[in-house]
Formats: sequence, C-alpha cells, structure tokens
Amino acid sequence: MDIYLLEAIINGLLLGGVLALLSLGLNLIFGVIDVVWICYAEVVMAAMYAVFWLYTAWHWPLLLACVAAIAFATLLGLLVHVIVIEPILGSAPINQLLATGGLLFFLQSLATLLFGTDFRNLGIRLPVLELGGIFISFSRLIAFGVALIGAVGLYLFLARTYLGTAIRAIAQDREVMGLMGANERRIYILTSAIGGGLAGLAACLLVLQYDVHPFIGLTFGPITFMVCVLGGLGNMIGGFIAAFVISQIIAVGGYYFPIEAAEVLAFVFFIVMILIRPQGFLGK
Amino acid sequence: MTALLTLDSVNAGYGSFAALFDISLDVEHGEAVGVVGPNGAGKTTLMRVISGLLPPQSGRILLEGESLAGAPAYRVVAAGIAHVPENRRLFPRLTVEENLRMGAYLPAARRAFGERVAWVYELFPRLKERRRQMAGTLSGGEQQMVAIGRALMSKPKLLLMDEPSAGLAPLVVEQVFELVKRIRAEGFTVLIVEQNVRQVLAVVDRAYLLETGRIKLAGSAAALQQNPVIQRSYLGL
Amino acid sequence: MSGARDLRLGLYLPLAAVVVAPFFLSDYFLHLAVQIAIWSLVYTAWALMGRFRLTSLGHGAFLGVGAYVPTLLWNNYGVTPWLGIPIAMALSVALALVVGYPSSRQKVVGHYFALITLALGQVVLLVIVAARDVTGGSLGMTPRTVGHSWYALQLPNKAEFYVVALAAWFVGLVAWRLVERGMIRLALEAVAEDEDAAEAAGVDVLREKLKITALSTGLTALGGALYAQYLMYLSPDAMSGVGISLEIVFAAIAGGMYNMLGPTVGAAFTILLTEGLRVLFGTHFVGAANTIYGALLIMFIIFMPRGIVGTAERLLTSPRRPPAAPQAAE
Repeated sequence: MDIYLLEAIINGLLLGGVLALLSLGLNLIFGVIDVVWICYAEVVMAAMYAVFWLYTAWHWPLLLACVAAIAFATLLGLLVHVIVIEPILGSAPINQLLATGGLLFFLQSLATLLFGTDFRNLGIRLPVLELGGIFISFSRLIAFGVALIGAVGLYLFLARTYLGTAIRAIAQDREVMGLMGANERRIYILTSAIGGGLAGLAACLLVLQYDVHPFIGLTFGPITFMVCVLGGLGNMIGGFIAAFVISQIIAVGGYYFPIEAAEVLAFVFFIVMILIRPQGFLGK
Repeated sequence: MTALLTLDSVNAGYGSFAALFDISLDVEHGEAVGVVGPNGAGKTTLMRVISGLLPPQSGRILLEGESLAGAPAYRVVAAGIAHVPENRRLFPRLTVEENLRMGAYLPAARRAFGERVAWVYELFPRLKERRRQMAGTLSGGEQQMVAIGRALMSKPKLLLMDEPSAGLAPLVVEQVFELVKRIRAEGFTVLIVEQNVRQVLAVVDRAYLLETGRIKLAGSAAALQQNPVIQRSYLGL
Repeated sequence: MSGARDLRLGLYLPLAAVVVAPFFLSDYFLHLAVQIAIWSLVYTAWALMGRFRLTSLGHGAFLGVGAYVPTLLWNNYGVTPWLGIPIAMALSVALALVVGYPSSRQKVVGHYFALITLALGQVVLLVIVAARDVTGGSLGMTPRTVGHSWYALQLPNKAEFYVVALAAWFVGLVAWRLVERGMIRLALEAVAEDEDAAEAAGVDVLREKLKITALSTGLTALGGALYAQYLMYLSPDAMSGVGISLEIVFAAIAGGMYNMLGPTVGAAFTILLTEGLRVLFGTHFVGAANTIYGALLIMFIIFMPRGIVGTAERLLTSPRRPPAAPQAAE
C-alpha cells in the first residue's frame, strides 16, 4: 500500500478520536434531555479561547490552563441548560434547536467582540514523529489518546457510578425517575455540565492542533451533528463508531481529492445513509 | 390518631378534561386499602395525584397530617410514598440490580443499599438469580417483582400499587397477590388500585369503588364482597 | 375575526405608504428597502415550509444554488439571468426533491429532518468552496459587469432594482396567499399535527410535502439570485451554509411564520436592527451588534415564539378558545 495512503488512514483514525469525543458530549445531552445543542461546537470554541487566553495572556502553565478551560466549559454547559434550555423545555423540540441556534450567533459574535476575527494560535510546536516513513504529529497522537481516555472515563462514569446510572435511567424513563425520588432538574443540570466538560476536553485537544477563531465551530460543528445522526441520535456507541467512519472517509478522501471534496463526500455519504436508514446505524 | 394518608375533596384532571371529582378517602397505618373500578374510572389518575406526578386542581392531600398537594414527585417520595406504576415502567436497559439501585435513590436508602437489596432479594429470590439481567428481557411476572422491589427499596410508609395484575397471566396474577400479602405481613401499608376486583378484595382490609371519577362505594372488603352492585357488575355473580 | 381584519386594514394603508416611500428617498433608504424586499421573499419562502413543521436549517443551499448558477452561466456562457434564474430555480427544486422525496417516504421528521437539511446546506457550501477554480471559493466571485443592462439584470440604479425587488416580494406574497387559501394548507396542517392520521384520512402526504418543498425552495433560489444580482458579489458564507440558514429561520420566526406579512416584518426588523446597531457601534466594537442580535433571538424563542406579527395578532383579537401555550412549531 502506498505509504501516503497509510498515513492518511492513520491520521483519519487519530482525527476520529476527537470527533468521537465531541459526538459523545452531544449524544449524552440529547439522549438524556432530548435537546440538540446546535451551539455545541461554539461551547468548544469558547473553551479553546479560554485555553488560549490563559496560556498566552496570563502565562499559566498549559496543563493548568486546560484544566481551567474544562471547568469553564462545564460551567458554560450548566448555564446553557439553565438559561436557554430550561425555559423552553416543554415547547416543541424545534424551539430548543432554534434557541441554541441563537446562542450559536451570540457566542460567535461575543468571541468576535472580545478577540476579533484573527486566527489565534498557542504558538506551541510539538514534534512530528516518524514511524517507518509515516509522519504523525505528536499533538494529534496525544489528542487521540486523551480522547479515548475521556471516552472510557465517560463510559465508566455512566456504567459504574450511582449518578451515571441515574443519568442512564432518566434517559430511559424521565417520569418514573421522579418516582425514585430524583429531582429531574438536577440530573439534567448535571448532564449538561458533563456535556460542557466534554466539550472543554475536546477544546484542549483541538487547540493543540488548530488555530482558534470565532467561526471555527462551523468547521467541525456540522460534521459532529452528522456523526451523531449517522450513529443514531442519542446513541453514544453509534456516534462513536460513526465518528471513525466519517473521519476515515474524510482522511482517505482527502488523499485522493482536495479536502473540501472529501468533506462533500462525507456529507453526501451521510445524506444517502440517512435516507436509506433514517434512524442511523444504531438508532431505534 | 391521624390516618397515614388522607384525601379530602380532591379534584384533578388534564387541562380542561376533569378526571376526578371530589375524592375523599383515607388509609390508616398498617392497612391494605383497595380502589376498584372499571377502565377509565380514574384509578391511575388517582395514583398519579397521590404520588405527585399530577397536581390536584383542588382539595387536600395529607400524609400523616402534612400537606402534600402540589408537591413534585421527588418530594412525595422523600416524604415516604412509593409508587409502583401501571405497567411496571422499569428502566428497560438497566439490569435488575440497577433498577433496584434507582429505587434507593434517596440518600438514606442509598446509604443502606446493601442491607436493603439483600432484604429485597430475600423476598424475591428469583430476582437475585436475575440481578445482572436487563430488566426489559424479563417476563411480565418477574418485571412486576422488580417494580415492587424497586419501590420497597425506599422503605416507604405507604406503597402505592397501580394495577399490579395488568397484562399478566392468571397464574402470575395469583403470585403477585401472594406477594402483596407477604408485603403486608412485613408491615407495609398498601394502597392498591385494581381492575381485578375478586383478587384484590381477597387481600385488602377496606376498599373504595371508583366509577367515572367519583367514589361510589366504601367499606370493608367483606362488605363490598357482599354488595349486590359489586357482585353483579364486577364479580360476575 | 373582526379584530384580525381591523389589524390588516390598519396595516395595509401605512404599509403601502412605506413600500412606496423609498422611491422618494435617498439611495441609502433604497438600499435598505431592496434588501428588505428580497429577504422578505426568502423568509416568506422558508416560512411556507416552516409553518407546517418542516423546519429546514439548510435553506442556504437553495439560496446558494440560486445565486451561483445564473452567475456562472452568465460569466461562462453569456446566458442571460432571465433564463439563468429559472434554470437555477429548477435546479434548486430538483435538489430539494432528490433529498425530500426519500426523506418523506422514510418519514424523516423533527430533529433528523432539521439536521439533514443542515447537512444539505453544508454540502452546497463545501461544493462551492471546493470548486474554487470555477466559483472563486471562499474569496467569492462577481458577475461579469456590463454596466446598466436589463438583459443582464444589472441595474446600478437602485430605484429600478427596487421595482424588481418589489415584484419578487409580491410573488412571495401571492404564493403565500395561494397556499393559505388552497387545500394544500389544510392537508399540510393535518400532516403537521399527526402524519399518520392525515394519511389514514386520505391525504397524499408525500405529494403535499413535496409540493410545498418545491415552492419554498424555488422561491428561495429566486431570492438568492436577485440578491446576487443586486450586490454584484457572491460568497459562499453569505449565500449558503449554516450561518445564513439560521439567519433565515430566525428572521421568519421573529416576524411570525404563521402570517402572510410575518416574514416581511421579520426582514424589516432584522435588517433595520442590524443596520441600527451597525450605525450605533460603527467599527468600534466589531461583533457587538451581532451579539445583541443573538441574545435577542434567544429571547424571541423563549418569550415570543409566534413572532412579532403573531403575538400582535393574538393580543389584538379576542381568542376563540383558551390561549394555548405559545409554540413556534404548533
């Protein structure tokens, strides 16, 4: 096999890691609360700016900046739910979609206001590894590793802890959870906070590899939705698998065609798949 | 001595659709009380009003003298009422043990989870065998056991059972009512709504007849069993 | 509902005055008026689907097709926009039907429908960017300029273009009226409420959905084409993709997507608001205007989901039945 193709495949795999993490966060929120945060990528963007600011302007150590950014994103997730979602929880689902769309505008514009439209970079140069003729950027490798750890961590939380089980339970039957003595509102807030935290983690991984600017959400947001729907909206395992499928299409496609064409391919694949099987891979 | 549960002139409904009219009933400590009636009489609505899933439009609901009307479900549970919903409503993709774990959501129950779940497994040995099985894959009777066990995990002062025999085979129904007797023997106070009049009158002390949202009859189980209206319409005699 | 009738009469007279006024005002006002008219068409077209719970987050796709196709035909083959625009509209409709037909057959609704349309919008954007040799990619492109020409639909005289824009706006309103008065409205409202029940009642759900989709997307393409001709500049971000698609949705909802003039009011509201904020903040706080805009949009969804016109109508007319909770898609 052509070495460059192999390189593309491996890079696609690594890219899939962060995409999978993003899809987990979105799917968690949708699976439990039944809302799609159209602005999810913008929460990531906000956290990316947080890392950037803490690291370059206030000269915090990178690791500390990342931890703080994750905390910030967790708080942001909580606020999104309490301020934007809760007031319209009973409305038609499309209202929630649109309200988070408004938040998308708001966050993009706020970022423009605060940081301008320039592309910002952490200025960190991590080494590029060479393994048998294949070049892999170290930052991408780290991102993949941490993303997987994050995914495993989320799995363990949901499967083994009390609150995690409660979150799974409420996703299966909201009303009955009340009969267990659970304050549904608190569980939703917790879920949203976790979703935000995952976005924060993804942000730390992304900011290592890419420049941040107010509209960066548009580069991976739609792809994330596509991944989630393809895997079955709300189904975390489905989204996980779909993330790697899509990232492979983009990576391998990018080997044969220009990158935008590869993305078009991915989207067209998505549209065709959904029209054949609307629930996605593992949707009900 | 105040009754454990008192409903006083409760009216409830869904939007402009009124389902319960002027309901007054009570349940004493240690009693087993039944509410019988046909489909659509409002029995499930009654359960939902008591457990806090549906706020009453007027009237009082008192648990040991304290008002519960309008309290959300989680507070009603914390006050000591556990509701076994109609059709079980287990968490289908959680295991049996995880379902029981959810039943012990309240802090006190959570702390005592170990001993409580052991006690529930003692009551329902079959569940212990199946504890790691997905609840959705159990048979109807087993699901009912899980549902009851789940409600018992919070050691409630009052156990509400909504149509425990619904959708179950006759043999299984018998087992379920045997269970109710056992639960009573353990000292629990139970309020059961049921369509299966014959079976429920055999296990309760008192009962009410609910028809089209109103209480039409009240009395001891024995009295209702003798009542000609009940005999004719519900016992097929 | 006499209250509603009074509202409409009270609206028509000043409306006519407002519509005609720009002819007597400066180019600046004409500029705003042209934009309001064209975008009113686009928002009205979107609302034709949106009001029946077919919430598309990808109308940017049709806007983009409508903008780029006539320009590409004109630039490369000298095809007059009078021909290019109908071709673009047909292509948009075809695109919509290609995706819409299987969607409807598979009963793709709700979140899935919205996200599929979002993907479609992105596809068009990505195609435009990928074909940068032809379309200029992210840098955009301009139609080949020939000065003043009706043949090329290039009218530097804003008053003249305003006439064209008004005609287009009018077409949108006529389309709305036809739908409102036709059987299709009853059919689609039944579908929106309960698709299976409507089907059981004999409604050809697929056909009705496709009809409204075709109308909506065709008119959107028309709006996109006219906007490109007016601005004499096209760029993928302004003409397709998530951003512009969301803007369309918001304006239609803010104005009110259940009333004929709702989307028009939405266009006026958003364009004037953006302009006002721009004047207020100038170049000082780039992004401040849109930040406020975004916050307002959230508040609209929460507090006024029936939009300006819808809420006004509710307030001014006596309700026939107890007011239901306001829901944008109900």
